[in-house]
Amino acid sequence: MASSPLRHSATNPVLKKLAPIARKVLPPLVALTVLLIIWQILCSSPTSNLPSPIKTFNDTYTLIVDPFFDNGGTNKGLFWQILASLERVAIGYSLAVVVGIAVGIIIGSNALLYDAFDPIFQVLRTVPPLAWLPIALAALRQANPSAIFVIFITAIWPIIINTTVGVQQIPQDYKNVAKVLNLSKRKYFFNILFPAAVPYIFTGLRIGIGLAWLAIIAAEMLVGGVGIGFFIWDSYNSSRMSQIILALIYVGVVGLLLDRLIAWISTFVIPEEPKH
Amino acid sequence: MQMLKSETQTQTTAAFLTIDQVSKVYPTPKGDAVVLDNVSLEVKEGEFICVIGHSGCGKSTLLNMVSGLSLPTTGQVRLRDQVITKPGPDRMVVFQNYSLLPWQTVFENIYLAVDSVFPHKSRKTKNAIVDEHLELVGLTEAAKKKPTQISGGMKQRVAIARALATCPEMLILDEPFGALDPITREELQDQLLDIWRQHQITVLMITHDIDEALFLSDRLVMMTNGPAAHIGEIMDIPFPRPRVRSRLMEDPHYYELRNEALDFLYRRFAHEEEV
Repeated sequence: MASSPLRHSATNPVLKKLAPIARKVLPPLVALTVLLIIWQILCSSPTSNLPSPIKTFNDTYTLIVDPFFDNGGTNKGLFWQILASLERVAIGYSLAVVVGIAVGIIIGSNALLYDAFDPIFQVLRTVPPLAWLPIALAALRQANPSAIFVIFITAIWPIIINTTVGVQQIPQDYKNVAKVLNLSKRKYFFNILFPAAVPYIFTGLRIGIGLAWLAIIAAEMLVGGVGIGFFIWDSYNSSRMSQIILALIYVGVVGLLLDRLIAWISTFVIPEEPKH
Repeated sequence: MQMLKSETQTQTTAAFLTIDQVSKVYPTPKGDAVVLDNVSLEVKEGEFICVIGHSGCGKSTLLNMVSGLSLPTTGQVRLRDQVITKPGPDRMVVFQNYSLLPWQTVFENIYLAVDSVFPHKSRKTKNAIVDEHLELVGLTEAAKKKPTQISGGMKQRVAIARALATCPEMLILDEPFGALDPITREELQDQLLDIWRQHQITVLMITHDIDEALFLSDRLVMMTNGPAAHIGEIMDIPFPRPRVRSRLMEDPHYYELRNEALDFLYRRFAHEEEV
């Protein structure tokens, strides 16, 4: 009896292909179900402060099925809220990528500049994202640019630091090849420096996008306007707990997708791992 | 002073490469570490020189000063009376660990060298140079492969092709076959000798292998142990060329030379650990 499905899967080619997929998909589904049941049990009492999963779903049903409504102001569907947040992240993060990689390459290729700036960067990178917001608001006097600045300043440190390390770790062998071949600065940059540093740069980019997404939610709670962060804060103020939970799920999924997006881009840019 | 200068001038014109009383000292917190002490060697054009010695005897340091990757603390290295101060395309180096760029194909690795040394040649000419040298080392088939997809012996062939493609006057090899299996090593030794004969290039090569040195070189430079290593003995290897490995092995003189070299390395200048 117990061996029959096993034998079945070995003989049927379709099932044989599905088996490894099922092995990947089923355990997380089971785990999710278990967690939802525990949550349901914990929050099913009428005095509970937080909604149960079933109540959450019922409360937010209209938001789930229609993410595209737009009633003006900040009263918009979740698609528009997330899009607004993503726009800020895209601007701030893109700036951080350009400036961060450039600064990282300069600092990484010059020992004196590295010694001069690295201690300062090490201090600045530990400053929490939101601590930058008052300074940004004071300097820029506008909510949206300030939020973008917070993204920029949050994402830039891991990009700078990883790019610097990437440039510094270029094996001496490659540098010797460049010297023996009398490579021009431009040829050295495109043929050796950049390809050798690019895996490190992408490590920085992945950390950076994660931090940027973390920071935007917090920043939007404070600066307001359309955006998933302010949506969460607004829902709290109007005691719509189910909406907060739905928004948190979306925030998590979008964060994961952003991380995977950078990882996916890196597969096109990063050279194959050299075997040793 | 004037006379002394002219004297050295006339002395050096005969040699192609002159290593003139070269010492290399690295300052360390504990005091100066003398790696090489007063090394002098003259190499004629077209000569094949092997350098042998225990690890840490400064062989690589000596080679780096010929290639220009590092400079002597005292003394000079001259190529055709020009003092070597930096690397140049007239002296190409084949590194022990191949040093191919893993993100470029075999073709691109060689093309980069050709493009850097002959920037004004047309793309077609440069492609032809690369193809010609790939054929020289028998790797035309592997042109589009990445270094990670080919064997160690093939990688070293690519490195040799890359060095030769820039038409250097001198080939500097730092233990090029050390990491290869014996069969591949013999193949590459034969190939290197063919290339050396065809290109009439001067070769300076580090090796750990006495048989390799006896098979390949005109002269074998034996280094004493570091610190403060110097040239202990220079052995002439008189076997006629072209050399055939099997016939060489039957020559009684081969074993005399071999024993002499072994005696130098393992008795007179044995490594402390190996005594």
